[in-house]
Amino acid sequence: MSTYRVAAKGRIDQSRPVHFTFNGERFEGRKGDTLASALLANGVHLVGRSFKYHRPRGILSAGSEEPNALVGVSRGVGRSEPNTRATVLEVFEGLNTVSQNHWPSLKRDVGTINDAFYMLFSAGFYYKTFMWPKSFWNKVYEPFIRGAAGLGKSPSVPDPDTYASRYAHCDVLVVGSGPAGLAAALEAGRSGAKIILVDEQAELGGSLLSEPAAGINGQPAWQWLETAADELAASKNVTVLTRTTAIGYYHENFLGLCQRVTDHLETLPEGAPRERMWRVRARQVVLAQGSIEKPLVFDGNDRPGVMLAGSARTFLNRYGVKVGNRAVVVTSHDSAWLAAINLAEAGVKVSAIIDIRASVPYHLVDLAKAHGIEVLTGWTVTGTSGRLRVSSVRVNPVTAGGKVGRARNIACDTLLMCGGWTPSVHLFSHTKGKLDWNEERQMFLPGAPTEETRCAGAGNGVFGLLDALKEGAFAGASAATDAGFKAKAGDYQIEGEIACTGISVKELPTDRNSSSAKAFVDFQNDVTAKDIRLAVREGFQSIEHIKRYTTTGMATDQGKTSNINGLAIASDAVRRPTPAVGLTTFRPPYTPTTFGAFAGYTRGSLFEVTRKTAIDGWAEQNGAVFEPVSLWRRAWYFPERGEDMHQSVARECKATRQSLGIFDASTLGKIEIVGPDAAEFINRMYTNAWSKLAPGRLRYGLLLGEDGFIRDDGVIGRLSTDRFHVTTTTGGAARVLATMEDYLQTEWPDLKVWLTSTTEQWAVIALNGPNARQLIEPLVEGIDLSNQAFPHMSVAEGNICGVPTRLFRVSFTGELGFEINVPSRYGRAVWEALYEAGRQYDITPYGTEAMHVMRAEKGYIIVGQDTDGTLTPDDAGLGWAIGKAKPDFVGKRSLTRSDMLKADRKQLVGLMTRDPKTVLEEGAHIVADPNQPVPMKMIGHVTSSYWSEALGRSIALAVIEGGRAREGQTVHVPMPGKTHQAEITGMVFFDPENERLNA
Amino acid sequence: MLLIRCPHCAAERPEVEFVYAGEAHISRPRDPAVLTDEQWKNHLFIRSNPRGTHFERWRHIHGCGRFFNAVRDTVTDKFAMTYKAGLPRPSEAEIREARS
Ligand SMILES: [Zn+2]
Repeated sequence: MSTYRVAAKGRIDQSRPVHFTFNGERFEGRKGDTLASALLANGVHLVGRSFKYHRPRGILSAGSEEPNALVGVSRGVGRSEPNTRATVLEVFEGLNTVSQNHWPSLKRDVGTINDAFYMLFSAGFYYKTFMWPKSFWNKVYEPFIRGAAGLGKSPSVPDPDTYASRYAHCDVLVVGSGPAGLAAALEAGRSGAKIILVDEQAELGGSLLSEPAAGINGQPAWQWLETAADELAASKNVTVLTRTTAIGYYHENFLGLCQRVTDHLETLPEGAPRERMWRVRARQVVLAQGSIEKPLVFDGNDRPGVMLAGSARTFLNRYGVKVGNRAVVVTSHDSAWLAAINLAEAGVKVSAIIDIRASVPYHLVDLAKAHGIEVLTGWTVTGTSGRLRVSSVRVNPVTAGGKVGRARNIACDTLLMCGGWTPSVHLFSHTKGKLDWNEERQMFLPGAPTEETRCAGAGNGVFGLLDALKEGAFAGASAATDAGFKAKAGDYQIEGEIACTGISVKELPTDRNSSSAKAFVDFQNDVTAKDIRLAVREGFQSIEHIKRYTTTGMATDQGKTSNINGLAIASDAVRRPTPAVGLTTFRPPYTPTTFGAFAGYTRGSLFEVTRKTAIDGWAEQNGAVFEPVSLWRRAWYFPERGEDMHQSVARECKATRQSLGIFDASTLGKIEIVGPDAAEFINRMYTNAWSKLAPGRLRYGLLLGEDGFIRDDGVIGRLSTDRFHVTTTTGGAARVLATMEDYLQTEWPDLKVWLTSTTEQWAVIALNGPNARQLIEPLVEGIDLSNQAFPHMSVAEGNICGVPTRLFRVSFTGELGFEINVPSRYGRAVWEALYEAGRQYDITPYGTEAMHVMRAEKGYIIVGQDTDGTLTPDDAGLGWAIGKAKPDFVGKRSLTRSDMLKADRKQLVGLMTRDPKTVLEEGAHIVADPNQPVPMKMIGHVTSSYWSEALGRSIALAVIEGGRAREGQTVHVPMPGKTHQAEITGMVFFDPENERLNA
Repeated sequence: MLLIRCPHCAAERPEVEFVYAGEAHISRPRDPAVLTDEQWKNHLFIRSNPRGTHFERWRHIHGCGRFFNAVRDTVTDKFAMTYKAGLPRPSEAEIREARS
């Protein structure tokens, strides 16, 4: 094993080696390692290339805030994930990882040339660089941007894993299981309240996992932690979720928790979901998110081997890994001194501590000197050297007046930095909770909450261990109390705590030209201090604008390590106080979250239901090709051997018009309207007159919006004085019922009417063709089907094939037609019986396409195809459907607005192409003069267009400005390759006298 | 996700059970025919769109199916109160009391 692993240190299992690969090379780690700690244990710091400049990058942090160490993980086909943070990826035997953003190899990368063209990529480079010449766009810039855009490689095949989701309720949800969160969960748990404790890490403890030296209530920290974890595990009212990230905090204490179930396992358990999204509604929330260490901003602060001091401490104390053999520390905060001393105690040669501050607490200085560390207070760091790993650091004294003195170089293989700590206020900020700027401490702290929530510990600016425990306990007890339980915060005693303070700084002072410094603020998006100052010089004042112009804080890490440094520099550059420059908005999710977790079970066939009729199975067995119509799938056409769609549809139409066609119309929306005021209600809703419609009769109904435009249509049957069977379009069924309910409940609550959706209750079989009556006459009981007794537009109740039916005589093809409504459970049996009996008439099943063709031959419109929400009844040629004598109906008032009466409104007309073989494209534009200059004036468009087998030519419907007055005129339809001539006609192409349907 | 109290069911339920239905207290004129074009336009299209207290309609579509009215703050999104359709617009004092 390597020289970087420290025996008998850390929480990893030193006795259990695990093997993994990184860029094809095999490494050994320990059970409990993250990929980052395992690589560092092997002396590997170089783990990736940066996004823009392809600079070599190392591991910056030890947590989920990591901006640099992003790797691709592959677990076989479909199971590859880009941009996984090495600092949270747990190693297991056989783990397979690769680095990103490099070609051909991590150590020799061609893209590094970007680094040399530094000036080209400064702030706003997208906006400036790719401006001109215009001709460069297609061939140079776009391929470049596409090549450079995005981090990592996305998988190319569907994800074979499953993702679960679950709803949960609790009294107190505690986010974070560091000292504050643990104390909160313990107190709240003891009250008997239902608790959920959630932590993104593999085990509870948070910052305690990096601090074994402290003592809590007379126990060593880790022993206290074990006791606490045992108590929580034993409490039936407490649910502990580790490896679970609280990704978002939404309205009214609703939080999303993403639990990673299998990613850390060597073998995937059969049937286990990879992740589970918890949607939790909590009465009270305690946020104990902790804090994130700030990097310092100086030239070369991104070189591999430069990392956060607190993270180095975590790697040592938690994972038993020395991050180097020869370290230098640069800091503005006491906490890095503790890291330096921990490392020195573990045998790392700590050459020097560079503290930006002129004065540092004596006890720290004494402690450092006692460990043989050189102390340089009031100094600065002005550069680093080394190609793929830091090899030395350049340091200079700074006078009280700010003058930077002569440089000196100190050799090192690791440079640890600390610019202080930023409270994690992300979740609090999701709730629009106010953040207050603390000028003295230079940090944003949670202010007045908008939800039932409290913040505790470092996330609330309370950094000391004792204070965090106490505040956590108080928060947990008061949350439980507010949730209706009895709780009291217990007390804590601490041994061995060293209080830490520090200051915040902008870029470190330098003796060099700062405009050539590569002092990074945002490591993941390669944004430097100079970029931010340049943006301000170019006029950007608000942090929201500076952010977007420089892209700082916009990468997958959402600026966890960079936002506050960026803000401090921006605020200095615009010479305004930090809160006046503003903080950018934190948005969910807190860390990158898989689409799978969000989708949960709702994927594939569960993403959107497919509604099927009772007859769907027969259609499938008989070779139907289906098409989706709203949520339904409908039989589109029934091809016979070797037929294409065109041949099949032509045959289906011909058979129906010659003898008999059978069609599944079950998807039609159906609403039963019942009550003494049913006729009055329909009168008010639909344009037509209904009061005089006799029971047993049908009428075409037209429904408008209050704006006067057509919304829906359908045939309505009156079964008795107080009962109507209303049909709607397939797609409009739910919308129409909702509209009716709205009027009935809120405008006319005095009407005695009841509405029931009956779409799924009835299977509807449409029989059309000259032999339709002959077929059903012997099968129907209780209804006289003669033309005199049961003419076109009649309805009657009786039996068919022994099953109760509501029989409609109605036609959407222009042929003699019946729509046979039977209870859905009999739909298929009746269909099959009719089909068998119909063989003598060569009965032919037809699909929606043939239905469309035949209705267009008759000029029957389809709402939503021939209308588009801007057509009035008159525009659509349906002026006859308006009850002129009615004083009012929905939409009537709008029909007399001046705009609605204009002569040049677009009107629905027929079109016949000059060349009968040309079938126009639906949606094609129509112009009056094809020789006018481009752009031409469009006077309308084609709405429906088909080959009509019955007419032996093409037909089309179109909306054209003042179309009816232009009947007989020629218009022009430009289509790819040719502009076609067509004549405007009436809308009825076939059997205009309706002889066939009245037969 | 918001929690909404249905005044018909007398129960608080998650937002997914409901649909929004526009501004409240706009009733259809008894006789639209007597309205001028201007008045009809105002009735159809002009809404208050306030920053702050908003009176609006919701429907408990996946519950009882009934429409009701709500007072909600458009800045915080939070509901102050809900009440049955047909009841008068609550007074400022009533809304204040409901919020506290
Ligand atoms: Zn309800």
